[in-house]
Amino acid sequence: MREHGHKSRRRFRQPSVLPGFGLALGVTLFWLVLIILIPLSGLIWRSSSLGWSQFMTLALDTRTLNALKISFGTAFVAAIVNLVFGVILAWVLVRYRFPGKRVIDAMVDLPFALPTAVAGIALATLYAPNGWIGSLLAPLGIKIAFTPAGIVVALIFVGLPFVVRTVQPIMEEIDKEVEEAAATLGASRFQTISRVLLPGLLPAGLTGFALAFARGVGEYGSVIFIAGNLPYVSEIAPLLIVIRLEEFNYPAATAIAAVMLIISFAMLLIINSIQAWSRRRYVYVA
Amino acid sequence: MSPDAAIASQHVRAATSESRFARLSLIVAALAFVGLFLLLPLAAVFTEALRKGPAEFFSALGDAETFSAIRLTLIVAAIAVPLNLVFGVAAAWAIAKFEFKGKAFLTTLIDLPFSVSPVISGLVFVLLFGSHSLIGPWLQSHGIQILFAVPGLVLATVFVTFPFVARELIPLMQEQGTSDEEAALSLGASGWQTFWHVTLPNIKWGLLYGVLLCNARAMGEFGAVSVVSGHIRGQTNTMPLQVEILYNEYNFVAAFAVATLLALLALVTLVLKTALELRYSAEIAASRRH
Repeated sequence: MREHGHKSRRRFRQPSVLPGFGLALGVTLFWLVLIILIPLSGLIWRSSSLGWSQFMTLALDTRTLNALKISFGTAFVAAIVNLVFGVILAWVLVRYRFPGKRVIDAMVDLPFALPTAVAGIALATLYAPNGWIGSLLAPLGIKIAFTPAGIVVALIFVGLPFVVRTVQPIMEEIDKEVEEAAATLGASRFQTISRVLLPGLLPAGLTGFALAFARGVGEYGSVIFIAGNLPYVSEIAPLLIVIRLEEFNYPAATAIAAVMLIISFAMLLIINSIQAWSRRRYVYVA
Repeated sequence: MSPDAAIASQHVRAATSESRFARLSLIVAALAFVGLFLLLPLAAVFTEALRKGPAEFFSALGDAETFSAIRLTLIVAAIAVPLNLVFGVAAAWAIAKFEFKGKAFLTTLIDLPFSVSPVISGLVFVLLFGSHSLIGPWLQSHGIQILFAVPGLVLATVFVTFPFVARELIPLMQEQGTSDEEAALSLGASGWQTFWHVTLPNIKWGLLYGVLLCNARAMGEFGAVSVVSGHIRGQTNTMPLQVEILYNEYNFVAAFAVATLLALLALVTLVLKTALELRYSAEIAASRRH
């Protein structure tokens, strides 16, 4: 019917007997455009209407640059900590048996379920100089709350589930025969783990790391209570957006948001390509 | 125990397991990490709330502003979650049951809100509806209040919780395929009958799981809601915002009292989630592997 005329054109959709494609896709696109695409393109349009030189002036402002550096730096450190302990935690949960294991497994998702503001005030109270942990560290001269270290602590909390939950299902699917083969070929246990098992977990670990990092960069609620929010020292980029908004400085707020968005989209692309790459390279990868 | 067996149990371990020492140190490291970063903060919420006794705790909860914050949180979640439920089912139906061009791109777009800072999720609506925006003056002259009112809070919450239901359902429905639906249709069922009596029962646990996560995030969202709320006490403060205000006023017992309610919500969510995973692990495992 429609095919003759443009032979080379492939069908938009494969034929199916199931009904409702038009309705379902229509609802999906309508909602997506209304809630996500129009608001986000509004932000992009606003920042592009600033003009290049004004945009660069706002984006390269020292306070903005410092805030971006702090956000990305602390998120990176927290994601590294989460990568190391996330892999250990996933390993312990998959391989060992110990009392309370099921509770610990369930608790790993706490940061997904606990509102960030609650986590924020709890961590600030714990790490303040008179708090449970802060009072232990104070005699040693270590300050965590109201310093960049406090931001890292909050971001470790927020990003904790990502690495565990991406690595755990992959570990469960590891074929025991791979380890047996390594052992019969004379590898020590340490060699088996570091040369055989960990490389296979690398893509999942990197995905978890990237997710935790991306979440940490944008995080606001859990950080602002413990950070101290000192400009140039412990002021994160999302907070600076809020401050600029409260000053009715919309161009500055928009510029910071645009910079953060561009970097987040780049990260999203990287995450997707890590996953595509690992699907091609490794068998037991989701 | 024979001497041989005793020697075996002491000195020989399987080549595919770690030494006792390595095992113990890994378990201790993992438990210390969980204890320090998860259990201690949770314990702190409850301890701080009850620091001055239960009477103080309950009087803090009985406060009128706290009550209105609880009500507002429930209203916002009651609007935002069903909206995303309908969207999630529609998106999953289109993406999981059909093959069409641009599907991967559409899936990426649905995940977009996860990679946007909550503050930016709020900011986009301020830029869209604020008094300096294109439609801001028109809204103002017609007396339509979106920012600093319930519609703004709902929009920001819908934005932030957008992917939750769809993300749970898409892999699950992809795994289930289309043969059940095709059978129902060939036996003469209509499209809606097929959906209600075949598809929905197949996906109900995954759907519940997605709704659970969506609801937890909707009730607990802070950054996005904070930007659009305007912080009008007793009117546009949700529970997380009320926690912030009380905390910044050094009213710690009250702040942690409201926080305990949110922490209990989180714990109930985790318990239900774990129960669902244990009973319907096969179904939900499908959605884990994406």
